Amino acid sequence: MSIAEIFDQMSYGPAPEGDGPARDWLAAHKGRFDLFIGGKWVKPKSGKWFDTHNPARDEKLAGIAAADAADIDAAVKAARKAQKDWQAIGGKARAKYLYALARAVQRHARLFAVLETLDNGKPVRETRDIDIPLVARHFYHHAGWAQLQESELKGFEPMGVIGQIIPWNFPLLMLAWKIAPAIAAGNTVVLKPAEYTSLTALLLAEICEGVGLPAGVVNIVTGDGTAGDALARHEGIDKIAFTGSTEVGRHIREVTAGQGKHLTLELGGKSPFIVFDDADLDSTVEGVVDAIWFNQGQVCCAGSRLLVQEGIAEAMIKKLKARMETLRIGDPLDKSVDMGAIVSPQQLKTITSLVEKGTKEGAELWQPSWATPKEGCFYPPTLFTNVAPAATIAQVEIFGPVIVVLTFRTPEEAVKIANNTRYGLAASVWSENINLALDVAPKLDCGVVWINSTNQFDAACGFGGTRESGYGREGGFEGMMEVLKPAFLSKLPEIKPLEKAPKAKESAITAAGIDRTAKLYIGGKQARPDSGYSLPVYSTAGEKIGEVGDGNRKDIRNAVEAARKATGWTSASAHGRAQVLYYIAENLDARAEEFAKRLQHLTGVSAKSAAREVEATISRLFTYGAWADKYESTIHSPPMRGVTLAMKEAIGTIGIACPDEAPLLSLISLIAPAIAMGNRTVVIASERFPLLATDFYQVLETSDVPGGVVNIVTGARDALTKTLAEHDDVKSLWYFGPRPGSKLVEAASAGNMKRTWVNNGRARDWFDDAESEGPEFLRQATQIKNIWIPYGD
Amino acid sequence: MMAVISPLKQSADTHARNPGMALDLDVLDRIRVNKSAVERRASTLSGRRSVKKTHQAAWLLKAVTSIDLTTLSGDDTAGRVKRLCAKARQPVRADILDAAGMENRKITTGAVCVYHSMIETAVEALDGSGIPVAAVSTGFPAGLNPFDLRVKEIEASVAAGAKEIDIVITRGHVLTGNWRALYEEVKAFRAACGEAHLKAILGTGDIVTLRNVAKASMVAMMAGADFIKTSTGKEGVNATLPVTLVMIRMIRQYLEMTGHKIGYKPAGGISTAKDVLAYQIMMKEELGNDWLQPDLFRIGASSLLGDIERQLEHHVTGRYSADFRHPMA
Repeated sequence: MSIAEIFDQMSYGPAPEGDGPARDWLAAHKGRFDLFIGGKWVKPKSGKWFDTHNPARDEKLAGIAAADAADIDAAVKAARKAQKDWQAIGGKARAKYLYALARAVQRHARLFAVLETLDNGKPVRETRDIDIPLVARHFYHHAGWAQLQESELKGFEPMGVIGQIIPWNFPLLMLAWKIAPAIAAGNTVVLKPAEYTSLTALLLAEICEGVGLPAGVVNIVTGDGTAGDALARHEGIDKIAFTGSTEVGRHIREVTAGQGKHLTLELGGKSPFIVFDDADLDSTVEGVVDAIWFNQGQVCCAGSRLLVQEGIAEAMIKKLKARMETLRIGDPLDKSVDMGAIVSPQQLKTITSLVEKGTKEGAELWQPSWATPKEGCFYPPTLFTNVAPAATIAQVEIFGPVIVVLTFRTPEEAVKIANNTRYGLAASVWSENINLALDVAPKLDCGVVWINSTNQFDAACGFGGTRESGYGREGGFEGMMEVLKPAFLSKLPEIKPLEKAPKAKESAITAAGIDRTAKLYIGGKQARPDSGYSLPVYSTAGEKIGEVGDGNRKDIRNAVEAARKATGWTSASAHGRAQVLYYIAENLDARAEEFAKRLQHLTGVSAKSAAREVEATISRLFTYGAWADKYESTIHSPPMRGVTLAMKEAIGTIGIACPDEAPLLSLISLIAPAIAMGNRTVVIASERFPLLATDFYQVLETSDVPGGVVNIVTGARDALTKTLAEHDDVKSLWYFGPRPGSKLVEAASAGNMKRTWVNNGRARDWFDDAESEGPEFLRQATQIKNIWIPYGD
Repeated sequence: MMAVISPLKQSADTHARNPGMALDLDVLDRIRVNKSAVERRASTLSGRRSVKKTHQAAWLLKAVTSIDLTTLSGDDTAGRVKRLCAKARQPVRADILDAAGMENRKITTGAVCVYHSMIETAVEALDGSGIPVAAVSTGFPAGLNPFDLRVKEIEASVAAGAKEIDIVITRGHVLTGNWRALYEEVKAFRAACGEAHLKAILGTGDIVTLRNVAKASMVAMMAGADFIKTSTGKEGVNATLPVTLVMIRMIRQYLEMTGHKIGYKPAGGISTAKDVLAYQIMMKEELGNDWLQPDLFRIGASSLLGDIERQLEHHVTGRYSADFRHPMA
């Protein structure tokens, strides 16, 4: 076109980013890449390579080594070999390596950006302006954590070897999210990139070589799902960090159950984008663009459900359609496109078929009038109106540039619709009324809320979800807690199994006085067990001391229902909860002698020991009374004008399976932090010594504990635990018992991807404050929601 | 490969003049502006669009035609204004236009903008060029002269031959939320303009918040402004991209409400070719191609033209240029 023609038309011209250096890099490797294991490039034992493609045109970019289980094993061994020294050199030495990685990423920023765009299909604007700068920022931030580790993260040690499996939507960014905190903390890693997008990970491996990172600290093993599966299952790994689909996350939870592996899962989402009638609509429209057309909608936290207040729905949709007309789609290397290519033909097919389903189910489809490129994997921005909440496209994660519109009438209804999903990753809230926005944000059941913004990320702010979007956080202090563990944990002894309850010398109950029937405690009421059966309780001396209810599935169901209803406890003030905890302590103290006698009689400990346990229990209640209003939310400072509020929230209903050791102290050590943070609990009493728990409900009854906050079920621990672990309305489950129970809990939790906290058969010293009270327990009793609050007027 | 994009609309050469409308306070009440979100859009937009090479040359030439070549100094003289007008007639060296194939396009600036006392000099100097003379008015820059004198100043400027009157609003009306007073003021100014077009300078640096900017924009349009303009060039902060975004979104809303197209003029602070491309991209993205033409888009600038000339020469020769190679105003 001539200048004169352009002058008349004022059109955009092609603005291609050169891919020469990236292609030179591919050519220098003769288009084929090996595995990076133990600091060396090694051929895959399978002898196989697979092709990686540029989805913007039908073009093979390179051959990628296909790792098999033997390669994974070699990588894990290399990581293990390197770990001790890497830990031993200390945080300050590690900080220098992370800093060097950050600098090196910046020096090669454009090569990374172009290579990522070639391999993934996302616009170079995004890789250049978002992905790669965030990668560098992540390494910088975590260089800082390494530097401060010895002073600020005392009492923790690295987990060891971490297996990391990452997705194709943000290949290098997800790598940075995984690798930076892990190696900062002194772990070594085996990372498997997504099959579609290995190239930038391989370039980063070269960067690791270039900065002289010790061999084996970072190992990159490329391959398909079978390699990921082998990595997940590998017994030599201490933790798996996975980002990807809920389906695969569930599989990983199942195959790692009982292996003692720590797990962080960042899974799918169907995040709401809520627009109130007092929002800045023009800005909101741009928010929608960034929510669902960023990275072609292939974003786990994409705002894919547009919830609009009824009065402004028509105006909003009109503006949105007009905006969609000006979106540009095309060659992702062109600097003037908004949308590039979908990552693969398979993904394109998934999107296409879900959109077809949406139309079939009666929703109204709208796409802009311009044509989408014929060659390559492209899909136009798509808007569905007239969508029922029950429609497939309103429920299922599409992972493409497709948004569905739903309307609401009131803030309450908005929250209800927003939470009407299995997922719980992110949400956006648009309103110019700070009262409204800050009221709604805590009510959304998810890990991240962006107020008047969307898809904001920063290394200092935790990112992660709840429900079937997974658990664990990446970024900031929260993220460091996912790659470190309390140093005492690895030294804990295996639980000594208690002697089996001896046969009774006589069947009569030996306790003196009037006969007492210990019941279950559900919804603030003593309840007879559904089964109508009772179980005998024997002392260690073999006396039959009493009987307790033989709880069953239905009792668990009732207890979870009661817990669900006790939401008043969660919304009560921390001060109010503290008062109740102190009151429990006060009332337990009044009956200290009785509880000590019970302990002595039942567990056979000395009078002195029994008195000590009661005293320690009262102290523990005081501790959590103290903590209730002091385990506070924090403020992160990402680079924006505003704050990110890392809000520590109650999880909801927590199931707690109690151990037999120190039956009163361990019971309270677990209940107290849970309720102090506002959770409701369903407690399965010690199977061997349940009478402490049933005695204790009388203390609860006199201490202003609202019904449903603590529910106590007695009976066969593992059977009851399984029911709890499978219950979809239980959001977290703690298990302290023999080793097989940990496996049972982890495997059964995969149903709704509930959080779990298990002891892996290890015994804590419940009398030791360092092991058995404080922040570790409070972290387990809370989930962190990062609320981004940009401000300015 | 590139399968783009939105269909191009030819610019309408003329559009009906804004008659204004009754002051509608409900519309003002509903205006919401989120500063952080506006800034995000403004700061990311130039990364979303890239105008390079031939396209850049064409866009910059288009920008030249939108410049209100301005001198508003206490030391302005007839000689200075004549030089400026000569530059307005021939803003780009003829050999550069030849090389660009634009020699027959009569590239001139959009207008010449002066104080009242220089109007006659400018009109004479521009005779036959078709370039309008714009005059700043109503007690520019503070706008706090007696009201009747401000009205009379407009009338005098129109009588002297100004085709465009850049009025300043009473910023105090905005700062105190006295929208009716603002409306009446601009309406009176518009009446005084007669056939001359009215550009309402909002003093965005003085009225500070983006909400104020949005509401003042809307009131000025309701009162009949043909253009809304950011600033006098004399404030601490003049035109910015976030302010621009807010004002042109109001233009879009007014268009939707009334069907009338209002022009936009950023002034002050736009001094490089790169700056002006960012503004043009924003106009195109938010309002469309019509708002890239001088009847709906003007740029108040004095040093911008020099940088554009250097960029154009670079495009033509492939060598980086120097300012002394281009005739001064």
